[in-house]
Amino acid sequence: MTREMTGAEMVIQALADQGVQHLFGYPGGAVLPIYDALFTQNQVRHVLVRHEQGAVHMAEGYARSTGKVGCVLVTSGPGATNAVTGLTDALCDSIPIVCITGQVPTHLIGNDAFQECDTVGITRPCTKHNYLVKRIEDLPRILHEAFHIASSGRPGPVVVDIPKDIQFAKGIYAKPKEFPHTGYQPRLKGDMEKIKEAIDLMAQAKRPVFYTGGGVINSGSAASDLLRELVKLTGFPITSTLMGLGAYPGSGPQWLGMLGMHGTLEANMAMHDCDVMICIGARFDDRITGRLDAFSPGSKKIHVDIDPSSINKNVKIDIGIVGDVAHVLEDMVRLWRTGALQADKKALSMWWTQIDKWRARKSLAYRASKDVIKPQYAIQRLYELTKDRDTYITTEVGQHQMWAAQFYGFNEPKRWMTSGGLGTMGYGLPAAVGVQLAHPEALVIDIAGEASVQMTMQELSTAVQYRLPIKVFILNNGYMGMVRQWQELLHGGRYSESYSEALPDFVKLAEAMHAVGIRCEKPGDLDAAIKEMIDVDRPVLFDCVVDPKENCFPMIPSGRAHNEMLLGGDAEDIEEAITEEGKVMV
Amino acid sequence: MNAPATTSHYPSAPTAQRIETHTLSVLVDNEPGVLARVIGLFSGRGYNIESLTVSETEHQQHLSLITIVTTGTPMVIEQIKNQLDRLVPIHRVVDMTLAGNSIERELAMVKVKGKGENRVEALRLADAFRARVIDATTESFVFEITGKSDKIEQFIGLMLPLGLVEVARTGIAAIRRGPEAL
Repeated sequence: MTREMTGAEMVIQALADQGVQHLFGYPGGAVLPIYDALFTQNQVRHVLVRHEQGAVHMAEGYARSTGKVGCVLVTSGPGATNAVTGLTDALCDSIPIVCITGQVPTHLIGNDAFQECDTVGITRPCTKHNYLVKRIEDLPRILHEAFHIASSGRPGPVVVDIPKDIQFAKGIYAKPKEFPHTGYQPRLKGDMEKIKEAIDLMAQAKRPVFYTGGGVINSGSAASDLLRELVKLTGFPITSTLMGLGAYPGSGPQWLGMLGMHGTLEANMAMHDCDVMICIGARFDDRITGRLDAFSPGSKKIHVDIDPSSINKNVKIDIGIVGDVAHVLEDMVRLWRTGALQADKKALSMWWTQIDKWRARKSLAYRASKDVIKPQYAIQRLYELTKDRDTYITTEVGQHQMWAAQFYGFNEPKRWMTSGGLGTMGYGLPAAVGVQLAHPEALVIDIAGEASVQMTMQELSTAVQYRLPIKVFILNNGYMGMVRQWQELLHGGRYSESYSEALPDFVKLAEAMHAVGIRCEKPGDLDAAIKEMIDVDRPVLFDCVVDPKENCFPMIPSGRAHNEMLLGGDAEDIEEAITEEGKVMV
Repeated sequence: MNAPATTSHYPSAPTAQRIETHTLSVLVDNEPGVLARVIGLFSGRGYNIESLTVSETEHQQHLSLITIVTTGTPMVIEQIKNQLDRLVPIHRVVDMTLAGNSIERELAMVKVKGKGENRVEALRLADAFRARVIDATTESFVFEITGKSDKIEQFIGLMLPLGLVEVARTGIAAIRRGPEAL
């Protein structure tokens, strides 16, 4: 459609044309014309948040659980700066977000006007791309290009900064057919020669392992299906990063569990001892590799990634394939089938025997208790009582996040929303709001810690306002648990500022916010309390009081390699295991 | 399962590998903020800029050419190119050093103040370096010199004892030999 309208109307029209149903935002002086345009239409539903950071996390949860672009609308100055944490989080975890920010009128830009900040300057390093719209003629094109850039290639956040006079200005709106940024052409198909080389290498492997990541999830459901097919065809073991959980089912026979700093022994040992590593949509992050010079020393490495800058960034790759995971996996599956390729059965069977020995060490084991709720036990019970439902899990950041990753079984993609790259405390509650909005009938649980949840817990009010029955399952140990764990292991048990002296009464707090509060302190009461939480059709704050001294194991101590993991029973040895150099690292 | 001897979590320090100097030609959409994106990438990721030259070269298509001289290990240089390529307004990144057959030139304006024998000597050297006099007073010259950076360095070095006052340099422009375009 082509017709004359104001800039503010163009914003709403472009969102509607892009199929946007929900917009997370907070009004303010510099976006009032857009809020006025929102008022007179019913194509796009606005969700009023309590803080702009919450708006971006909600959009992230919405985007990750649906595969669509998440949309945010905030005002200039503090509205934009409050959104920065969420934008950075979305950049680190490759989540498609379009964030529209109001700006002071063009003639005031640079004048230190009220609620002015250099939004494009501030957000340049924390977005995939950003725009300051200076002419109404450019607005329709920029709005649509923003969606294209956010969702294509390696997804990420895009900011469109619109001065107030541009929102009032009138112009002709038309959906553009092409974009002037002709240099932006993400590559989808992988190089066939390299894919063939990779398949040949895989067929010769004696100790192979798949190492997959969030790229598989981002590539869409087809990518997960193809991955499962390739894993089944080859018979190879598979592990995944935190971001990639669910692409291959946690209950699948070839699943080794998550790898990395708090990954399982079998996953990390398989990575260390393998002879062929097939990395798909993961980026060799430092939480994964541990010490780089001792990272998987004897393996040939295949790396599939849509972002060429991820290949050879941290680890030298033997076969780098630039392309979309689903496209490349499709070629791999086809080549494996048509070539009637067979893995080396005998070698593979020996490899699995070795892996079973590592599995038998039961690296996730913990000491059960009848008196106090162990956090691992709480997650296990939560999983058992929710696994047969349509469940989505979000988390905050810390010990509870690692326990959720270790003990909650993810069998489908897009069911697990967590802040992996940036590690943003306060991500989970607003993300759960976004997920619930996209999946009104589903059970959405934020597995939280009592410290993290307090960073953005005002968004519970948003959940109440829109009748979104999210469940906030707080593993309450009174400490910033991961900080406490590191202080115990690295800083001689000096718990500097990691204990919360004055926690709120979460039950009363929930009630004050018109939500439901449940507290559970005994392992024997846990199942009944969780069932009660599930049955309530309103937002719930669940205060699960857990063992305050429990540590998260297994663990690769700083400065150590994959084959130097510490298991729960070795806790005493940890202080010795971490060298002076290791203490310097986070 | 022997623990290796070093204890670093991170890649071995770049000093262990050789540091190379590369000249990159970066073709970009000439739009507001594009230079800030490029410079911000270098500062944000800790890369070096030895020289930077920018100008719109194709007015019809609003394309600018940015020529950057940077240093780093081969792995870092590859990262720089890949990271630049990721920026939306960037069309192409060409490593002129890898291409091997490129010509690099720089222009400098050199102000020298002096009288008597020094002044004569400065003029004589300028002639030898094919530097032109573009401004003169009874006690000063401004020379214009073009050439490779090391030639300009050498000229400046020679002017130093003769009364060097100020230098303005353009940074490096680079182009490939032969008929092909970037």
